[in-house]
Amino acid sequence: MGLEEKAGDLGIVTTTLEGLVNWGRTNAMWPMLFGLACCAIEMMSAQAANYDMSRFGMELMRASPRQSDLMIVAGRVSRKMAPVLRRLYDQMPEPKWVIAMGDCASCGGVYNNYAVVQGVDEIVPVDVYVAGCPPRPEELIDGILQLHRKVRGEKIDQRITDAPIRVDHLPRDRGSLKPLG
Amino acid sequence: MLDRATLTSRVSAQFPSVILGDESGDLVLTVGRSHLLQVAGWLRDDPDLDFTFLTNLCGVDYLGREPRFEVVVHLTSISNKMRIALHIGIPENDPTIPSLTRMFPTANFQERETYDMFGIIFSGHPGLERILMPEDWMGYPQRKDTPLGYEEVAFTHNEDWVYANKPFAKE
Repeated sequence: MGLEEKAGDLGIVTTTLEGLVNWGRTNAMWPMLFGLACCAIEMMSAQAANYDMSRFGMELMRASPRQSDLMIVAGRVSRKMAPVLRRLYDQMPEPKWVIAMGDCASCGGVYNNYAVVQGVDEIVPVDVYVAGCPPRPEELIDGILQLHRKVRGEKIDQRITDAPIRVDHLPRDRGSLKPLG
Repeated sequence: MLDRATLTSRVSAQFPSVILGDESGDLVLTVGRSHLLQVAGWLRDDPDLDFTFLTNLCGVDYLGREPRFEVVVHLTSISNKMRIALHIGIPENDPTIPSLTRMFPTANFQERETYDMFGIIFSGHPGLERILMPEDWMGYPQRKDTPLGYEEVAFTHNEDWVYANKPFAKE
C-alpha cells in the first residue's frame, strides 16, 4: 500500500540506511509485559480489538525482557519492586525504550509516601511520559506514536538522549472521541 | 452447639484474670501476653469450644496510651459458627509477644506483617522477617510516629531546586 504506488514498476526504493533501520525499529516494537496496577487494564484495552495496537506491529507483549524493545511501566512502582524493574530493564537488549504510563509511574501520582517510588525515572531513563490516572488507551497510543516519532529521528550510531516528551491529556469530551476502526 | 452465655461463663471460670468485652456481637477477651498461649491453646483444644481457625491477626498502635501496642487475634469455631477476639496489650519498651504460629499455621505471614509494620517481635516464630517492605528498610511504617515520607512536588517556583535534587536514573 502506498509504497508500490510510489515505486511504480521499478521495484526499487532508495532510502537511507538510517531511515530503513528506524522504520524497522518503529514498526515491530515489542513491548514487555509490565502491568503493575490499574493502568495495566487500560494497556490491555489498548491491545484489544477496539484500539488494536497490532496496527503498529506491537501486538506481542513479551513476558521475557530478552525479547522486548519497549518497557511500558503501567502503574505505581513500590520500593520493593524497584530493584526488580531495574534488573528487567538491564536484561533488555539495546536499543530499548521506556514509557512511563500514568501519573504514578511518571511522578508518584497520589502516592507521595514512603512505599512508592516518586516517578520511575529515578530507576530507569524514561523516553515518554503519558499523563492520566489512568490514561485512556488513546493517550497511551498517542504516547507510543510520540515515541515512534522520536525513534525515527534517532541516529544509527548514537541514540539521541534529548529531553523526554510529555504527552498531555486528550480532550475529555467523550463526544469528540470516536472508537478507532 | 455453643452459645454466647455458656462461652462467657466457661471463659471466666477457666481464666478469672481475663477481661471480657464485646465487639459487634463477638466476645472479646483482653489477655495478658503471659497467658496468651494458655488461653489460645485452651480455646483451640477444648472439644466444646473448638476455635481451631485463626482468621486474622494484626497490630494496633494506640500512641499515647499504655500499653501502647495491641495485637488483635480473631479465632473462628467452624463447628459452633462463632468468632472470638483476643486483644493483647504490649508495652512500647518491650514489644515482644509469644508467637501463635506453632498453634495456628495461618498466623505465620500475619505475624510477619505485624512485625514488619509495627516492630512487634513474635518470639518463637520460625522465620520472623519483613514481608512487605524491602529487607533493608529502616523503621516500622504503621507506627503512628513514623513520618509518612515526602518528596517535594515541583511547581514553577521550586522546579529548578526539585529537579536538581531528584535522583534521576542513568542509562
